Amino acid sequence: MPQDRIRNFSIVAHIDHGKSTLADRVLELTETVSGRQMRDQLLDSMDLERERGITIKAQAVRVAWKGHQLNLIDTPGHVDFTYEVSRALQACEGALLLVDAAQGLEAQTLANAYLAIENDLEIVPVVNKIDLPQASPDEAAGDLSELIGGSPEDVLRISAKTGDGVDAVLDAIVERIPPPAGVPNAPPRALIFDSSYDQYRGVVAFVRVVDGSFSTREPLRTMALDTRFEAEELGFFSPTMSPTPTLQAGEVGYVITGLKDVSKLRVGDTLTSESRSASEPLPGYKDVKPMVFAGLFPTDSDDYPELRDALEKLKLNDASLVYEPETSQALGFGFRCGFLGLLHMEIVRERLEREFDLDLLVTAPTVAYRVLTKDGAEVEVHNPAEMPSEIERIEEPYIKASVIVPREYVGAVMELCNDRRGAFDHMEYLSEQRVLLLYELPLAEVVIDFYDQLKSRTRGYASFDYDLAGFREGELVRVDVLIAGETVDALSLIAHRANAYPRGKQLVERLREEIPRQMFDVAVQAAIGSRVIARETIKAKRKDVLAKCYGGDITRKRKLLERQKAGKKRMKQVGAVEVPQEAFLAVLNLDGGKR
Amino acid sequence: MIERTVRHLYVHLPFCAHRCGYCDFVTISGRARDHSPYIHALLREFELERHVLAPELETVFLGGGTPTFTEPSELGRLLHALPPAAEVTVEANPETVTPELALLLRRGGVTRVSLGAQSFQPKLLEVLERRAGPDAVRRAFYHLRDASFDNISLDLLYGIPGQSASDLDRDLSEVLALEPEHLSCYELEAKPGTRFTYAHGAELTHQAEAMETYFERVVETLTAAGYRWYETANFCLGPHRAAGRDLRARHNLGYWLGRDYLGIGLGAVSTIEGVRRRNTPRLAVYVTALEGGSPPAREVETLDREVRSRERLMLRLRLDEPLLLEPVESAVDHEALGRLVGLGLVRREGSGGRTALTLTPRGRLLGGGVTAELLA
Repeated sequence: MPQDRIRNFSIVAHIDHGKSTLADRVLELTETVSGRQMRDQLLDSMDLERERGITIKAQAVRVAWKGHQLNLIDTPGHVDFTYEVSRALQACEGALLLVDAAQGLEAQTLANAYLAIENDLEIVPVVNKIDLPQASPDEAAGDLSELIGGSPEDVLRISAKTGDGVDAVLDAIVERIPPPAGVPNAPPRALIFDSSYDQYRGVVAFVRVVDGSFSTREPLRTMALDTRFEAEELGFFSPTMSPTPTLQAGEVGYVITGLKDVSKLRVGDTLTSESRSASEPLPGYKDVKPMVFAGLFPTDSDDYPELRDALEKLKLNDASLVYEPETSQALGFGFRCGFLGLLHMEIVRERLEREFDLDLLVTAPTVAYRVLTKDGAEVEVHNPAEMPSEIERIEEPYIKASVIVPREYVGAVMELCNDRRGAFDHMEYLSEQRVLLLYELPLAEVVIDFYDQLKSRTRGYASFDYDLAGFREGELVRVDVLIAGETVDALSLIAHRANAYPRGKQLVERLREEIPRQMFDVAVQAAIGSRVIARETIKAKRKDVLAKCYGGDITRKRKLLERQKAGKKRMKQVGAVEVPQEAFLAVLNLDGGKR
Repeated sequence: MIERTVRHLYVHLPFCAHRCGYCDFVTISGRARDHSPYIHALLREFELERHVLAPELETVFLGGGTPTFTEPSELGRLLHALPPAAEVTVEANPETVTPELALLLRRGGVTRVSLGAQSFQPKLLEVLERRAGPDAVRRAFYHLRDASFDNISLDLLYGIPGQSASDLDRDLSEVLALEPEHLSCYELEAKPGTRFTYAHGAELTHQAEAMETYFERVVETLTAAGYRWYETANFCLGPHRAAGRDLRARHNLGYWLGRDYLGIGLGAVSTIEGVRRRNTPRLAVYVTALEGGSPPAREVETLDREVRSRERLMLRLRLDEPLLLEPVESAVDHEALGRLVGLGLVRREGSGGRTALTLTPRGRLLGGGVTAELLA
């Protein structure tokens, strides 16, 4: 297909604003899928995505419209996947900016819209759900045109649900979005904007060909990681996999690489031919680093091998997931895992529990700290228990948070951000009712329950997004928890000096409630170094006897004691103290629940 | 075939005037017309099983239910049919003890009576749904003494809903005033499924903390009064007050020392040479089987060496005398033993094959937990 007949676009929208429904209508209207095949929200293939209403993995679908080839590149909608979104956007020349006529602009939409504008994409503004009774399309259209510059008349008004106006959207894509402008005869270059793993065919790369063309069976290589392989098959989605002998400049499709290791192929990398190698890679590749860390432990330690296998399998489809074995004296064998963000963590945890049927204990999430030790070494710490003791300086990651909220909740949001050591940046009225607040916040204060708090303090109206804003020095301390004088590694945490005391106090109080009384007094302490900042005592039991024990009772009493002993074996032994797993669970969940 | 080795016989008499709310034993309320067929069946079972008994029995124990609620003529018939033994104990409820009954027991060869006093406070007896008031308890005790019983045991319950520490002290001094040879003191258990748990369970949970020290209080008071705390829940007059008699309950001691015993009657349990069996708890099934000359339906449990070791450990640690470690070694978690010794809950004496274990006083107060931990 000549490039002037190709249009590559994606849809930028907030969760639930109708992106998948619009994609479905596009497939129907272009007769890519027959009505019988049509399954609602076809593009979201994983159950989990369907349930959460988000799309984790980008996919590209080719449709035909009035003699043109349109490639719809689907983008993930969430903040944790900003880099993936930016790569997907880079594969396009234009984007539909889709906004719910009733909800208006949301923080995520805004963030992704800015991302699209930064990538020089032609933005086609679309107001969706005009059929809803509470819709105010004029207001939404006004906001949109103000955001991207232009007239409200240019804003398309549609109902993806009923199909009303969708043909005009397709026409606008052809008319307004420029065709690709690569060089067809140059050495081939393609942007890898996503990948997935197929257990039979190995790693599948989703690519946008920028220059030149690729053929089946051609030896290829990636320019950043220098991975070499032969293209086993080229093709595109319509919406199922359709093989094709070549992929040409401007086209979007897939490459079956035969690679067995997903980490060999990175999103953002440039694919070229071995024999006709391009000299310069496409711009923008970066190695995405996980920012949020947590320990994952099987509740039943016998499940450790299953957890390891499950992580290996997940990793095949998710190059951003990192993990390494972790041994906790309290929780046994597990893994310290790194995630792009909180949602990513939740998705991984849910997939492990649902798809692999594992029962997991997840420690309180923490962030990556940069630590300069007294002897001048610089280390990155992902686990509070590994925080060195002789510290010169600790730096923690900060984010630039944008919150969009109805104006009556501005006070509540500011209060929350101030509680979380936030620094106010600026505030802006997006409309008479809606306010954009920008704050800089330590990521550590956000990973715990910021989002839940934000939602509950604004009755669910706030929308939230963030960008990493670099590392800053902080007055941070490690708080250890000691049970009967023994440090419990899984419960160590890093806190700002000002919060250390209340958090330590709360932890030990909670543990006192959760740990059953023993046959001796047990001290539960929180300490910074050797200084105890909070202490509780679990008083020893005074009596524990089986009252009667005669001929008829012996079997029953014996079984009772045997059960009791078996129960003790299941407990985690901290020194001489038996701590039920539930106690750890309750304490770890505390950080997710209340503060 | 096991022959003539068992020296302890238990006989179950399930009948009661009324089922107390907290009770979860095999009992049958009222039904006087059932007594005669039951005694008949019981004696048939005895005839079927007596071949395991030694020529001379050490103990016979008639438990219930309320054995003394059984029709006196039937009870008398039973007592005369049973073999003699060095100790013959009958459990009795105070309201059933008349001078006539005391005499009937005496003449039937009974040497020891265990009287279910439970408490001396009318309000607490009411909570327990006991029929006898405090006066009836004392009266029963005197009737037994008048019939020259010189070995009487009283049962006392503590931890009753609404029982204050001074209520407990009053009960203890009432008991001490009667100078029984033996005392069994139990904490009231709210057993699941009983009427009592339904009515008072929540209240008991609520009071649990306040009542935590009652056990210690019982032990301190009774030992100070010269009683020997010879088993977790049992006390007998110490040597200097007993004129040289060993007043421990010999029948129960048989259980705690792991001896074989034959149990007959409804729901009765026997343990003989590593086999434990439990008779059906259903009256009609039991009586019908024996009327037809067959043994009653039974649950049978085989106790292997390991289980026997564990039971031995569990039972023997209830006693105040040292337990030789060697025979139960395989049942012991040695790491836990070290820990418990370190915590001052278990005392380890002697060495090598003579190593013996005893629980310290605090270890005995925590005996359940200590034993559970000690089990391998």
